[in-house]
Amino acid sequence: MASTLEPNSETELASMVGEAASTGRPLEIAGGGTRRLMVSGAETQLSTRKLSGITLYEPAALTISAKAGTPLAAVTAALAAEGQHLPFEPSDWRALLATHGEPTIGGMVSAAAAGPRRIQAGSVRDSAIGVRFVDGEGTIIKNGGRVMKNVTGYDLVKLMCGAWGTLGILSEVTFKVLPKPETIATLILQGLSPEKAVEAMSLALCSPFDVNGAAHLGNGEEARTLMRLEGFEASVRYRADKLAMQLADFGSVQVQLDETENTGIWKSVRDVESFAGKAGSVWRVSVRPSSAQALIMAVSQTLEIETLMDWGGGLLWLRAFESDDRIAGKAIQTATQKLGGSALLVRPTGSPQESVSAFKPQSAAIGMLSQQLRRQFDPKGIFNRGWMGFNVAA
Amino acid sequence: MSRIEMPKPDPLVISRKPEIFAALCAAIGAQDVISDPAETLAYECDALTAYRCPPLAVVLPRSTADVARVLKICSRFGVPVVPRGSGTSLAGGALPTADCVVVGVSRLNKVLETHYPDRYIRVEAGITNLNVSAAVEAEGFFYAPDPSSQLACAIAGNIAMNSGGAHCLKYGVTTNNLLGVTLVTMDGEIVEIGGPWCDGAGYDLLGIVCGSEGQFGIVTEAVLRILRKPEGARPILMGFDSSEVAGACVADIIKSGVLPVAMEFMDGPAIIACENFAHAGYPTDVEALLIVEVEGSPTEIDDQLARIKQVAQRHSPKVMRESASAVQSDLIWKGRKAAFGAMGQMADYMCMDGTIPTSQLPFVLRRMSEMAKEYGLGVANVFHAGDGNLHPLILFDANKPGDQEKCEDFGSDILRLCVEVGGCLTGEHGVGIEKRDLMHHQFTVQDMEIQMRVKDVFDPAWLLNPAKVFPMDVSHSRRHRNKRSAA
Repeated sequence: MASTLEPNSETELASMVGEAASTGRPLEIAGGGTRRLMVSGAETQLSTRKLSGITLYEPAALTISAKAGTPLAAVTAALAAEGQHLPFEPSDWRALLATHGEPTIGGMVSAAAAGPRRIQAGSVRDSAIGVRFVDGEGTIIKNGGRVMKNVTGYDLVKLMCGAWGTLGILSEVTFKVLPKPETIATLILQGLSPEKAVEAMSLALCSPFDVNGAAHLGNGEEARTLMRLEGFEASVRYRADKLAMQLADFGSVQVQLDETENTGIWKSVRDVESFAGKAGSVWRVSVRPSSAQALIMAVSQTLEIETLMDWGGGLLWLRAFESDDRIAGKAIQTATQKLGGSALLVRPTGSPQESVSAFKPQSAAIGMLSQQLRRQFDPKGIFNRGWMGFNVAA
Repeated sequence: MSRIEMPKPDPLVISRKPEIFAALCAAIGAQDVISDPAETLAYECDALTAYRCPPLAVVLPRSTADVARVLKICSRFGVPVVPRGSGTSLAGGALPTADCVVVGVSRLNKVLETHYPDRYIRVEAGITNLNVSAAVEAEGFFYAPDPSSQLACAIAGNIAMNSGGAHCLKYGVTTNNLLGVTLVTMDGEIVEIGGPWCDGAGYDLLGIVCGSEGQFGIVTEAVLRILRKPEGARPILMGFDSSEVAGACVADIIKSGVLPVAMEFMDGPAIIACENFAHAGYPTDVEALLIVEVEGSPTEIDDQLARIKQVAQRHSPKVMRESASAVQSDLIWKGRKAAFGAMGQMADYMCMDGTIPTSQLPFVLRRMSEMAKEYGLGVANVFHAGDGNLHPLILFDANKPGDQEKCEDFGSDILRLCVEVGGCLTGEHGVGIEKRDLMHHQFTVQDMEIQMRVKDVFDPAWLLNPAKVFPMDVSHSRRHRNKRSAA
């Protein structure tokens, strides 16, 4: 990378982008650099590292705002001091992707990096309530705000979540936060097949006991199906007892109440720790839980894979042993398209290959709309070229 | 009487009415096309009844394919289209213009699929909000967003306005419970966005379609997240001597770590009106009333209410009464839900919808009562306290010359105040025409320009609900561009 731009303020960010736009110089946008799925080949990197700091925190209003380059850890710590948290359980992909650095707020939002609690608390897009960003022409834009109920104008906040920096460079984000539960319990079933595991998890998620994590990892006798309950202690104990009774048909239910153990278990699911340091491409596939088994079967016909299930079967992490990502991609994308859902290549086998698109739009019509949107936000096509599966001509 | 400006109807479109009518009839059948002024009367306005206009025609399609045919025809003739759910918008979101075709989705009201293990329901978008919950109730499920108009309002309208309700502190609003839509764009293309899975690929188009006020396309089907009902729920009533104290109590409850499903606030005038109307047993000698509801098993409810009561004690409530039965709970909610009807019996009113940071509650309430005195109009407040979404009801007399204008000015002042303290113009009703011209107070021209560019993508000719959301001057060149190309 030839040079790195590190604006100290939103105004400086805007003028740097304006300058790049006027000369048509492509930029690679970076937060902490921990979730880099692709490289754009741009010679200039723009890092939001120096746009850092919590700008507003009102615990009684359940609201926090932070500049884009603020380390995620700083936000998490500030919230924890008031007994609150980001409900969507942001994931940390450093081990999985073998990256270093400090995950930032802007990067986390751009990657829509939600963890296991997504099934109950929603994703990043469900907690983000306001953004400030700079578009591809160097204009500073704000959308949403600092209140959790806001339908004034279009909801561009959603659009910025998971846009991987291709529509604008975030400078500040505001979130709705929630009280951090004081107690966790994990119900564990041993040795279930993926099919049985989905059945057990669906039963738990269809119960009135507010299950907010449901994952399945490992194989054969070693397989563990995990279901998480959180809240006040008396309530967690009550629900754990009730749910354990409902799950009795699936085998003996172990109830884990140790906090350290539980934190470790769910961090390992959240960060897909079991795939870290192992060869092969890693795919993140979102399907309906009842299609999970069919997807695994279909993909397994052509590929040898390792699977981790989250979101009650609604999220499949696949590690393909195949060394050619095009072959793996074809099998996984075809099966996903057929069953309905989306597949994202999170970790290619080698260096990112142009021939494999990390993103595949739901349909040609959606691809077209997406491409036109990108052109509206970044007419010169300077942001993260090649990301999101299509390019805007320079 | 009306002061909100609407664009002048396009004479070319009006002159081609017979041709347009014939084309619509040929496409979907004459029985589903209305143009007789006596019959279009019902479509002249929505719940913002002060503004009315007969449309060119109304179509009531019976399928997504019908909607596509209609939009293709309207595109061809350059006819503006106003999408309509059940017409319950308080913001004028479904207000027609004389040169428009209203596309009502009320006949698209079927449940298409329910899937409990995957926890979703697929419906046609004209179904009412309450009928979605009714469809899954027997299995113990519900659809979470519950706007006050849920008996009548359509899911299509909920999606257009990103509607909320009383329980969104815990369950979120429409956008947080919407998994997919079938969207027909103005050129008649049918696009499936999202589906019964959590994350889509690429940009979150579903997220921008929701809340786009019918300006991107017409939603004909939706996939909605359904949730298992909690074992039970119980409200507690708390009365306080002042709004400030009640506001501080709300803040402390949130800080304590309890997450009630609802926290509703009523001020003195609202309490009295609701009590006289619904006989809900509200104390009438307090200045502020909170209804706080928690969910769970009986023991979980006891536990949470004990925590809430402990917090509330610090604020010396004059009344604190926990519901002791399902009948009492219904009664407590009956009073709150009757608020609009109760006010309607007393006077004409306009319902505002600004949101403020909850920390600004005492200041905003005080300022509002000062403004009420300045304007010489009554104002009553019922609102969702946990999320800062205010619903001041401004009382006026529609038969008294100048009163409605005074009321609108007062309303605008309130909304400007909401923005000044860090909030927004509308929390759940939408901008429509009502708040359109106030958008300048919340957004810069650049903030609005980028939003309009999104509309350019979905509706390049600006035919869908064109005179809404953005101030007329801001959208002028785009709407004008459309007229030129049509002519």
